[in-house]
Amino acid sequence: MSVISQGFQGRGRRDDRLPPGQYETHDFPVLSAGPTPYISVDEWQFTIDTEDGARHTWSWQDLMALPKSTPHVDIHCVTRWSKFDTDWEGVSLDVLLEDVESAAEYALVSSYGGYTTNLPLEDLLDGKAWIAYAFDGRPLAPEHGGPARLLVPHLYFWKSAKWVRGIRLLDQDEPGFWETAGYHNYGDPWHEQRYWGD
Amino acid sequence: MHVDGNAAAGLLTQVFARDMTGAHGTCGSCGHNGPLAEAVVYGEAAGTVFRCPTCDNVLMTLVEAPGRILARLAGLRWLAVPI
Amino acid sequence: MAPAALLQRLTWLPAVIAEARAETPQARTLVLDVPGWPGHRAGQHVDVRLTAGDGYQAVRSYSLASAPGEQPAITVARVADGEVSPYLVDVARPGDRVEIRGPVGGYFVWEPAMPYRPVLLVGGGSGVVPLRSILRHHRQSADPTPMRLVYSVRAPELVIYREELQAEHLVYTRTTPPGWPRPAGHIDQGLLREVAWPPVDSPLAYVCGPTAFVEHLSGALLDLGYRAGDIRTERYG
Repeated sequence: MSVISQGFQGRGRRDDRLPPGQYETHDFPVLSAGPTPYISVDEWQFTIDTEDGARHTWSWQDLMALPKSTPHVDIHCVTRWSKFDTDWEGVSLDVLLEDVESAAEYALVSSYGGYTTNLPLEDLLDGKAWIAYAFDGRPLAPEHGGPARLLVPHLYFWKSAKWVRGIRLLDQDEPGFWETAGYHNYGDPWHEQRYWGD
Repeated sequence: MHVDGNAAAGLLTQVFARDMTGAHGTCGSCGHNGPLAEAVVYGEAAGTVFRCPTCDNVLMTLVEAPGRILARLAGLRWLAVPI
Repeated sequence: MAPAALLQRLTWLPAVIAEARAETPQARTLVLDVPGWPGHRAGQHVDVRLTAGDGYQAVRSYSLASAPGEQPAITVARVADGEVSPYLVDVARPGDRVEIRGPVGGYFVWEPAMPYRPVLLVGGGSGVVPLRSILRHHRQSADPTPMRLVYSVRAPELVIYREELQAEHLVYTRTTPPGWPRPAGHIDQGLLREVAWPPVDSPLAYVCGPTAFVEHLSGALLDLGYRAGDIRTERYG
């Protein structure tokens, strides 16, 4: 039995689009585990390294020249907020991985600023993940991961690495920043995989 | 948005069962030594992240899960606790 | 520190807001009734937990504003887009309930029993809150340690604990009261040289405020000759 603070609204109401234990929010909370890196699009680059040591690199211009997608998705943060109907613009990982030869099963995503997160490579394929550079029709703001972030909305949002700079394809799984700190290695919101052992 | 280790005193006490803001930590990356009170703390994330005020290296993370707190201390070389 | 206080088991204590007092248009002091409150030291913190009707919880850390021996009180300044502070400043009423965990913290703390060393308190904005606890404790305990507060604030209407701090050194950064002897501006080396205890007296400094303020002031005190280990800091935002 906990103490209820009269008049404290918290984040909002429940809904069946909500995974278990989540609350809907209408704003876009900014969570940060470190200082926000400010990366200009001139210096920005994105790399994919395969398990064989082959490196594929894209400049900002290269990224902009690729076919774009406009995912309309719900996002779920492990801190219990969910946000419905978010609109993004970006390049599907299917496009970026098209010419990458790899038999790897795992991916380790890294960011400007040092953040990392891991997921199975198949979670980046088949229209499930994007390198997103715009939100709500505007360039992605630095506090939300601009110039570009990973967007993998079917997993908890810590997997959607802000300030993404590269992906390493690996034969063996390598846990990232939160995954080594106590958070679940996979992070499926519908199975409430928040922490180790969930 | 960040604060310093003073604001994490409650969580630190939860983990260590004593005040830790005056404990001195040595950064495993740059060797800076200082009280945890002066660490840069990012508290509005999935967990609480303590960073070195000199080089931003992650000293420690505390994740509050139901029934337990998971403490990762991998970025600290030493922790000197006054008694 | 008493040995008994070394091992500290913390639990969330139910608290009732006993009194709410507007300090400025942006800050409010809440006095809390906490059955079983073990008492606190000047400069310590308390964590406040709010629970909404649907179970959503939020926790924030606040400095205690009251002196040891007094009822625990916090002074909360409204943070734009904040989640907890707008509730505590604008919504909560006497009789409303929160939970608290504390007191906690032992670094930014002052005790009268400390060896004789003059104390300089430097606060920016709501960074004055823990300093007020220290100053109040100093006055109530009639401690002979020389103590002085320099309080930097944007404008006269934003001065927290106005009556209590009249005799201290107020520095206005944007707007001054009419006829104020010093033009609006930040605390600088010249002012510190006037009001800070000279380094030869081995002073102790407590600096609390926004990060940029604390960095600037602790740098200025080091330049003045204060020793790094004698400057205690507390930063927010």
